[in-house]
Amino acid sequence: MGLLDKQFSDDNIILAKTEDLMNWARLSSLWQVGFGLACCAIEMMATSASHWDFDRFGVIPRPSPRQSDIIIISGTVTLKMAIRVKRLYEQIPDPKYVISMGSCSNCGGPYWEHGYHVLKGVDRVIPVDVYVPGCPPRPEALLEGLLKLQEKIRNETMVRKAVV
Amino acid sequence: MLTEFGKAFTFILFAIIFVAAGILTAKLIRPARPTKEKLSTYECGENPEGAPWVKFNIRFYVVALIFLIFDVEIVLIVPWAMVYQSYGIGGFFVGFIFIILLFLGMFYEWRKGDLDWVRPRIVPPRPMLKKAAPVQSDLPETNTLSLEQSNQG
Repeated sequence: MGLLDKQFSDDNIILAKTEDLMNWARLSSLWQVGFGLACCAIEMMATSASHWDFDRFGVIPRPSPRQSDIIIISGTVTLKMAIRVKRLYEQIPDPKYVISMGSCSNCGGPYWEHGYHVLKGVDRVIPVDVYVPGCPPRPEALLEGLLKLQEKIRNETMVRKAVV
Repeated sequence: MLTEFGKAFTFILFAIIFVAAGILTAKLIRPARPTKEKLSTYECGENPEGAPWVKFNIRFYVVALIFLIFDVEIVLIVPWAMVYQSYGIGGFFVGFIFIILLFLGMFYEWRKGDLDWVRPRIVPPRPMLKKAAPVQSDLPETNTLSLEQSNQG
């Protein structure tokens, strides 16, 4: 159905308040797909653990994409894995967001030139919302990426884009 | 004044309303963009292949149990065989008792017939049909029975 899904052509005060509520609800419980690829995944797990505590931002790893809102591409995306990554992304219900973590998934990283088996950036198969640089990024950097994503979600609108 | 069951009934009623309202509200306001890939079965990112309603023979359970016995036997007996000489006659008898215990279990399952792996030949019951003259019809072969019955009746 999606009564509030890009159905409105103009903005008003009630809509703005509803938007605020929905965006706040969405950005406060970003459940992630329990999914790690390479050494960045170790840093991601460290971020989930008690020192950095991803849970205080509402990020909980879920065992199924059906229950998830974000997918953190944490590591080298090989060409074989790219098919699976794309399928996992497709199986997350909307609205869904992607954090690309580390040089490998940003652009191929050290495999940029001679990595015959590595996808040169995960944005070639799925749309990425936030890129986190680093090889691997420290947990603080991943937290910063998550805060950027929350900022992005906070400014989302339910108004349909005007057709020019 | 509510009876005792009335209280329970109110509780059940509110539970149903609460859940139904939650599901309905979510259905109204959530974005719904189904695609073929999204609706397919989640297999950890793999392409789902074949039907999930595959029947496993229940005897695989017995095979797994028997495998466990021999597996544990190997794991414990190989190190014992390496070192039992340094423990003298006592070490030998400890291993011997262990093997006896396992063999008791193996003879039991042998006696029960769990080691006989004969594939059963299941003959499905079929209705006895008279071979009638070929019916001139575009209907598929499976409808012959009903056609014959209607001819007789």
